Amino acid sequence: MLADILISACLLIGGFFTLVGSYGLIKLRGSMSRLHAPTKSSTLGVGSLLSASMIHSFAYGEGSLHELLIMAFLFATAPIAGNFIAKVHLHRQRGKPDLPPPPDDYAWSTYVKK
Amino acid sequence: MLTRLNALLFPHPLLTALLVIVWCLLINGLSLGTVVFGVILGILIPIATSVYWPDRPRVPRPSRLLAYAVIVIWDIILANVQVAMIVLFKPNSKMSPNWVPVPLDLRTPEAITMLAGTITLTPGTVSADLCDDGSALLVHALDAPDPDAVRDEIKHRYERRLKEIFE
Repeated sequence: MLADILISACLLIGGFFTLVGSYGLIKLRGSMSRLHAPTKSSTLGVGSLLSASMIHSFAYGEGSLHELLIMAFLFATAPIAGNFIAKVHLHRQRGKPDLPPPPDDYAWSTYVKK
Repeated sequence: MLTRLNALLFPHPLLTALLVIVWCLLINGLSLGTVVFGVILGILIPIATSVYWPDRPRVPRPSRLLAYAVIVIWDIILANVQVAMIVLFKPNSKMSPNWVPVPLDLRTPEAITMLAGTITLTPGTVSADLCDDGSALLVHALDAPDPDAVRDEIKHRYERRLKEIFE
């Protein structure tokens, strides 16, 4: 009973944050702002769904910790995907950047002239 | 003698421990055979890959990594709720997305990578670019009327701790 409540709560929380992530993708304006929504839903949303799967396996089956690995690999790779999208955005803005300059005399590495 | 044997067998002790844990998780069970095979992998893989990390960083205080992970996970949960509220209830016209340059005190590439990853994982901020000489990080904030506050929080909350772990 208690396990069922925990599983349902985790599923609902995960579903809610994944939904908000997708909604943010539509609602926000500008590619950089839109980038925030999907890189986030993959953290708490998916983490919570995986927790539900883990609790279910311990309550009704043999118990499984594979989900921890999924979370670890996801948390290690999600920022890289986000960084690539941000990089593409910076490249497309080449020539008309609205960026603040770095503190020293150097340039942001995307805009360095080779 | 013993320390040299140690250095020969475990050139990267943290990687060895990580491989044993990941192997046990992959097998999804804990038995003597699993652990022994995990240890064998944990010894062979670091030796076989040692040419790929000639200047690996020393991690003087690996125990603090755990505390850091707990703080980051807690922040992810809290900030996810905040960002969900912003997305759901704040009209686009009142939003102020901003670029925030964050000057770095960290010098180790691995530490900077971890900081950039943490910034992207914690909602509201995405790390976008690094300065030419690695002395500053370009961060995009979803809703930051005050960029300086975002910068100070990143520096105080995450960078200070990573500096303690890595340097």
